Amino acid sequence: MMRALVHELPTRARRAVHRCGPADCVEGSRPLTYNQMVVDLIDAQETDRLFSALADATRRDIVVQAMRGEHSVSNLARRYPMSITAVQKHVSVLERARLVTKERRGREQIVRINIDAIHHASHLLDELEDLWRGRVDRISELIADSSEGEFR
Amino acid sequence: MTVKHIQKDPEALTMTVTAEFAAPVDRVWQVWENPRLLERWWGPPTYPATMVDHDLTPGGRVHYFMTGPDGDQHHGWWRIMSIDAPKRLEFEDGFADDTGAPNPDLPVTIMRVTLDEQPDGVTRMHIVSEFASREAMEEVLAMGVEEGMTEALGQIDALLENTRPG
Repeated sequence: MMRALVHELPTRARRAVHRCGPADCVEGSRPLTYNQMVVDLIDAQETDRLFSALADATRRDIVVQAMRGEHSVSNLARRYPMSITAVQKHVSVLERARLVTKERRGREQIVRINIDAIHHASHLLDELEDLWRGRVDRISELIADSSEGEFR
Repeated sequence: MTVKHIQKDPEALTMTVTAEFAAPVDRVWQVWENPRLLERWWGPPTYPATMVDHDLTPGGRVHYFMTGPDGDQHHGWWRIMSIDAPKRLEFEDGFADDTGAPNPDLPVTIMRVTLDEQPDGVTRMHIVSEFASREAMEEVLAMGVEEGMTEALGQIDALLENTRPG
């Protein structure tokens, strides 16, 4: 509904706020400026990758494991009934979504969580939470108003 | 605070809001059933809602628009999936053109509302928002952008000052 407004933002404003990646936005997530929120939302491709990546149970588990500490790919592979190659692919999807980073250390590939991306996902839902907090507040106000003649 | 709990599930693309209101279930139900009351809370203060059609029967339609600070209008629709007054309301919520016709290119959210009166006369309301896809979530969140900066939070004070019905 507000989509139209988002698209009407001056190009210059968009470009300016586009410097704010998920990491930066998380840093100052409260209070957010309007532009920062807009950039979160117009950066649809990135968010799309993020939620696609989280749509798979194995990948969610890899994220959980990585949040607990760094793991090698081969170490992770022992947890799942699949080949190392399959686990590699999952890690690559997570890497593209910027949920994890991968680094070669000797013969091992080490997977680490990118906590900023996790914050980014929950930040998007925070926007919706704000919407409903506002609505619930307004309902409370209506209901509490003793002079409200519109109630039966 | 009347919001008791908010549970967000980024993987399942759902959000559940649990809120409590100090009123019997019949009274709380009216904020959905009575379009004049509904339009006083559905839109943020800067984007008040106007209900054009409001037919809360199975298959019934609601058409509303929200008016922005510059007089800009943003239309939306509901389709009632099921209703069991004063306890349950399930509907699809989507975007519309200015005649109220659903815009097929924009996403639809499924909303499931349940009301439950507690023994102490407090009514608990659960609102589950379910997104068909992450794209849908993106779009709906874009709507929340405006909400995030409204003076809605400032209304809490007004709320606390009001007296409750006898």
